[in-house]
Amino acid sequence: MIYNEAIPAILIGLPLLAAFITPIINLASRKARNAFVIAVLAIEELLIILLAWHVFTDGIVIYTMGAKNPSIVPLQAAVPIRIVLEIDGMAAFMGLISCTVAMAAGIYSIAFIKEGNGKSRYYTLLLIMLAGMLGMEFTGDLFNLFVFLEILSIASCGLIAYRQHADAVEGAFKYLVVSNIAALFVLFAIALFYAQYDLLNIAAIAKVMQYTQLDKIALVLLVAAFAMKCGAVPMHFWAPDSYSTAPAAITAMLVAASQASLYALFRVCFTLYGSLMDYQTIGLAIIIFGLLSMFIGVTMALPQKDIKRLMAYHAISQTGYMLLGVGVGLYLLGSSDFNVYGIKAMEGGIFHIINHAMYKGLLFLTAGAIYYRLGTRNLNEMGGLGHTMKFTSIFFIIGALAIAGIPPFNGFASKLLIYEACYKVSPILSIVAMLVSVLTLASFIKVFHSAFMGPKMHDVKEVPKSMLIGMAVLTFVIIFFGLFPGWVVSHIVHPAVMALVDKTAYINAVMGG
Amino acid sequence: MIWNVPFITVALLIAIGLYAVMFKRNLIKIAIGITIIESGVNLFLITLGYRKGGVAPIYTNLPSGVKVPEGMVLPVPQALTLTSIVIGVAVLALMLSFIMKMYQHNKSLDSHSRRLKG
Amino acid sequence: MLETGFGYWDAIAWIVAFIVICIVVYIIRGFGKREHRKEAEEPFFSGVELPDEKVHVKASNIYWGFIESMKGYYDVMKKMHDGIINNYISWFIFIAVLLLIILFAPEVIP
Repeated sequence: MIYNEAIPAILIGLPLLAAFITPIINLASRKARNAFVIAVLAIEELLIILLAWHVFTDGIVIYTMGAKNPSIVPLQAAVPIRIVLEIDGMAAFMGLISCTVAMAAGIYSIAFIKEGNGKSRYYTLLLIMLAGMLGMEFTGDLFNLFVFLEILSIASCGLIAYRQHADAVEGAFKYLVVSNIAALFVLFAIALFYAQYDLLNIAAIAKVMQYTQLDKIALVLLVAAFAMKCGAVPMHFWAPDSYSTAPAAITAMLVAASQASLYALFRVCFTLYGSLMDYQTIGLAIIIFGLLSMFIGVTMALPQKDIKRLMAYHAISQTGYMLLGVGVGLYLLGSSDFNVYGIKAMEGGIFHIINHAMYKGLLFLTAGAIYYRLGTRNLNEMGGLGHTMKFTSIFFIIGALAIAGIPPFNGFASKLLIYEACYKVSPILSIVAMLVSVLTLASFIKVFHSAFMGPKMHDVKEVPKSMLIGMAVLTFVIIFFGLFPGWVVSHIVHPAVMALVDKTAYINAVMGG
Repeated sequence: MIWNVPFITVALLIAIGLYAVMFKRNLIKIAIGITIIESGVNLFLITLGYRKGGVAPIYTNLPSGVKVPEGMVLPVPQALTLTSIVIGVAVLALMLSFIMKMYQHNKSLDSHSRRLKG
Repeated sequence: MLETGFGYWDAIAWIVAFIVICIVVYIIRGFGKREHRKEAEEPFFSGVELPDEKVHVKASNIYWGFIESMKGYYDVMKKMHDGIINNYISWFIFIAVLLLIILFAPEVIP
């Protein structure tokens, strides 16, 4: 395979550069701008697949900004480490998710967003969002994490309010306030780390960390802020408001953005602190977040009338599954049971991350297709769309069966891992998880009946081809992961889990020896 | 005790900002509250870099008798604070433009008069 | 083939088994008497005649029974999801303070 050492930097720098060139190309021709953006997103996808292949076979990749080696610093410098991008299995895994969702959203937006409303600025912000997500996932430096977190949230808010009607601006405002408060508390925690250890690099802090009282305060602030950013109950109230009013392709990207915050939470809990902290208390807190999210998310989804608000509550509920799986793994971290079923629980949780991004993105794109043809998101006004929108209904059925955990799709594989591993910790976890699965299926049957079945009430045609291709990209991944879950788990998910748990390998890659 | 005054100020600023965001109904006051929290966190970052009796970390025209680099304050927190101030300006600009748009649509600046609920 | 710690799951085997069972069901249906199979094109409804108009149950009315039976829970939940931004941040501070108390409790209590 052709692999160049500069690929991590290109992955973050290319969308940033392309984002600001796009309005210039737009002056020439609109078709050229569309082709340029799709070409950039396709190049990103190829590069991340190359990088992931390299990381899964050869180990951790370090890219130092501006030097060959992380430890080359000027004389008399107080900081012993340069700024690095450190990509281990988990970071490559999350990078795959971000690039795939961005490509699907980019192809979908060609027809979905109407011309003449500043569509080149839409593509600019989309590419900046992708750069922000990849920056958050690849960085090895805490302050870099803060900066990319803010880049991601500012670009997302600009995109949520893209259509500027009253609901969208309100949703964007709430998302901005919540994101900014979370990021300010993350900055406060980073300042606490700098105050004690005079270091900002994640691996360097993890090496010298003693678990003092200031570190406990920083841990609580980081866990609470990142849990709020990914939509854990009871801090989830912003998610339905902003997910439902954004354009459909942007909601799919927002789901991937929430998962970047989930990655940051796991990085803090497993690599920065690891076995030094009270992992049982924090693990139990994450398990409780997960249980509450699952149950409250799905019961609030059942009576909704707005199709995207219903799907946003389901996004909260599925985030609960991921928190449950990884929380069980964190709870069992030091004990001997970890190798028996802790790793399986974490594999289930982390496999669920990529499954969720795929089928949730697909469901939001189908909701966008319905909005594109009918102009409404209210389920009471829809009916009988299955007569004419055949491809959309097939994609919706695949997405709904996948999210409910029906074999042979990919949702079943990850949920099976979570059910079986959590049963050993306590049967109540598995019982709640299965009950939530049944209620998920119930609410999607409601949506399918209201929107697609029944007599034909609207005279609409099928959606344009580019939107179908965008949905087909995600469907292909769903079917592939559903038919070969064993291959995916042993080649993609298991290295990610082992990279997340292995704190010493992460530290030694940067600090040497 | 005098050296603790900046840290007490940080705590006061963050508390006042949080009070404004949690309990005030006017949207502009919420935006001001967020800016106050951001000022508090920036002050915390700057205060961490202080070394007793230190001078600015510039090598040219140093006052005599200053040991280099122990006699200087730390430069890294100053860089972090500049970045954070710039991010705060961008967020404040975006937030105020959203508030303007919400006022145009709803004709009220009350956070309790919202359209999305349930 | 996915190995969970306690068993395994094979999606290809499931699909093959599903197709085989569908074929078996079709063959068993073929053992029925020929004239009954002709009439059985329409399902059998007992009771009154169905009206001829096309009705479509609206989305707010589906699951009425479920929502009605959990009225107390839903009233509390809908009151909490009120859309006011101040309450969103209050919940965040509440959870942060709760986690702080839980983490610092073993040191403070002698």
